[in-house]
Amino acid sequence: MSKILIRGAKVLGGAPQDVLIDGETVEAVGTGLPAEGAEVVEADGKVLLPGLVDLHTHLREPGREDSETVLTGTRAAASGGFTAVFAMANTFPVADTAGVVEQVWRLGREHGYCDVRPIGAVTVGLEGQKLAELGAMHESAAGVTVFSDDGKCVHDAVIMRRALEYVKAFDGVVAQHAQEPRLTEGAQMNEGVVSAELGLGGWPAVAEESIIARDVLLADHVGSRVHICHLSTAGSVEIVRWAKSRGIRVTAEVTPHHLLLTDELVRTYNPVYKVNPPLRTERDVMALREALADGTIDIVATDHAPHPHEDKDCEWAAAAMGMVGLETALSVVQETMVDTGLLDWAGVADRMSARPAQIGQATGHGRPVSAGEPANLILVDTAYRGPVDPAGFASRSRNTPYQGRELPGRVTHTWLRGKATLVDGKLT
Amino acid sequence: MQRHLISAADLTRDDAVLILDTAEEMARVADRPIKKLPTLRGRTVVNLFFEDSTRTRISFEAAEKRLSADVINFTAKGSSVSKGESLKDTAQTLEAMGVDAVVIRHGASGAPYTLANSGWIDAAVINAGDGTHQHPTQALLDAFTMRRRLVGRDTGIGQDLSGKRITLVGDVLHSRVARSNVDLLHTLGAEVTLVAPPTLLPVGVGTWPCEVSYDLDSVLPKSDAVMMLRVQRERMNAAFFPTEREYSRRYGLDGDRMARLPEHAIVMHPGPMVRGMEITADVADSDRCTAIEQVANGVSIRMAVLYLLLGGNEPAVTPTRTEEK
Repeated sequence: MSKILIRGAKVLGGAPQDVLIDGETVEAVGTGLPAEGAEVVEADGKVLLPGLVDLHTHLREPGREDSETVLTGTRAAASGGFTAVFAMANTFPVADTAGVVEQVWRLGREHGYCDVRPIGAVTVGLEGQKLAELGAMHESAAGVTVFSDDGKCVHDAVIMRRALEYVKAFDGVVAQHAQEPRLTEGAQMNEGVVSAELGLGGWPAVAEESIIARDVLLADHVGSRVHICHLSTAGSVEIVRWAKSRGIRVTAEVTPHHLLLTDELVRTYNPVYKVNPPLRTERDVMALREALADGTIDIVATDHAPHPHEDKDCEWAAAAMGMVGLETALSVVQETMVDTGLLDWAGVADRMSARPAQIGQATGHGRPVSAGEPANLILVDTAYRGPVDPAGFASRSRNTPYQGRELPGRVTHTWLRGKATLVDGKLT
Repeated sequence: MQRHLISAADLTRDDAVLILDTAEEMARVADRPIKKLPTLRGRTVVNLFFEDSTRTRISFEAAEKRLSADVINFTAKGSSVSKGESLKDTAQTLEAMGVDAVVIRHGASGAPYTLANSGWIDAAVINAGDGTHQHPTQALLDAFTMRRRLVGRDTGIGQDLSGKRITLVGDVLHSRVARSNVDLLHTLGAEVTLVAPPTLLPVGVGTWPCEVSYDLDSVLPKSDAVMMLRVQRERMNAAFFPTEREYSRRYGLDGDRMARLPEHAIVMHPGPMVRGMEITADVADSDRCTAIEQVANGVSIRMAVLYLLLGGNEPAVTPTRTEEK
């Protein structure tokens, strides 16, 4: 592999510098680096970040290839600036055996757009009753370290306790989809003022918060770490903040859409806003932003959830829950966190690359931009601002809540271990 | 007037009064030997019912026929919908057959809104009840009944319900009738009080333009009309209340309670009534109960809505008129 010289890039948003890539590795970072023998990419003041890492992606393969495949999903990831994604286990069949996780992992390797780290199911078939073979998935070629029944909550306290304990043997982590099932029967949207008017079944904040409270106490009791998926309420923030202050090993993620959108949008009954957990209130949005800024919430994760057109082109109750997010995540974070002054680009690199890589143990990702590190890098045109056009998505699905909305920032280049996967906004 | 009727909240005071006034005109047609107007001749209306509701469908059908519309009845049961056909495909199929208006009843809140705003079809959409969201023609016929009884049939023309105290009792949480009535009655200037056990009130009800009480007996003496909402016995199994008897004792309307109402006050019920649950038989059959009147008024209201949405600016009732423009 040849050398690439990225010239005049604001590394983590700092003063312009040159970054020289040699093969799979960053060879040097500095000013006035020699261009000899290197392909030169003029960064022109764009921001250079480590490749983003998404701890929460639905790639849908195997089983729902009509909505996404490992290929289309990883192309979408590269397009959005991601160099590693963790693929959720709720496929058909469920990723609850070594065979399924190895298949997903292998497909990611073959396509080469983005590293795919499969997440294993906690329980067989996501049924919440019997532990899946967590050890076998960990020892497989996929090397699973994150386990989740995402889409469903591990609601049985004993099963959750056992899972938290069991994965300690190989330093795994359970990522909990916090949703008390009885409190959310027939739930269609956030329970509150808007649901009362619209006559849609309510998804109360307490259904999330009560599970998080239970799980941080369980994690404390058995000395395990626990990760909270897509935290969505101000109350959840308070619980996680309290748990961290007590030294409990809890980490938490927030999705881009929960940082920007509120349940007021549901008044349109447009199923593109139907997602689980649901869009909450303005007060929740502000609490989530603040928590991401102060580190109570560790990371941004997309919960990229592709669905075919027909599953969103229908009445609200019949529609599927979820939104695509890989290709808009960084723009939403710039809009809500950077342009508001809550987070600088170094902070974005921490919340979207370094921390998620740590939590998921994605070796070689989320590293500092310095000599000797793997060349997983992206360039972001932060001055860009324009409307979101789903027609240009690499994802197979178009269920974005941002269609036509003006957002800042555009990823122009992505390098995965020195190999360009995105050049001038075009996939290679 | 708007092109569709989706929610009672979409109606301005003047829209609502116009509908009520028009319904009074329509009601006069019912007193004629031939109960028919040529207003919607050549127009096709489909009654698209995804939920069983014989009463509402028949009421719409009677209204459509009295306005000389061609009527198509579509019920989901036994149709392609039960074989998995989507709302979109069903609606587009019907429109391809040349439908001017769709009267839709659907179990999913928001389905009529989606039908009207998704660009799937061009026809006017009238909500005949969606999930636990809205049932605007029910609220209109209720307001019509109140205006007639509390203001007067003739003196009520052009008037709203300013200052009238209306109490709604029962399962507000699951009631599209309650939501529609709160919206419309507020628009018409009435003072609304909801009475229910706290379990049957939605979280967020505090922002509604009405009062909320858990105590029926204290509210009754200050009510010009009390509307009893149906309470399904099955709610008991989901722990909304302990037993049918306890519900009935605390929130049901019996003869003793009715006696607490002011002399002029009326008892209303959207039907179907669960006698012995929210209302006793003697109250249901008393002169003060307007349940049957409400049914009759429903036809007039639906005629008025169809006429105003589809009939354009022509006068509705013109004895000399022979042809449709």
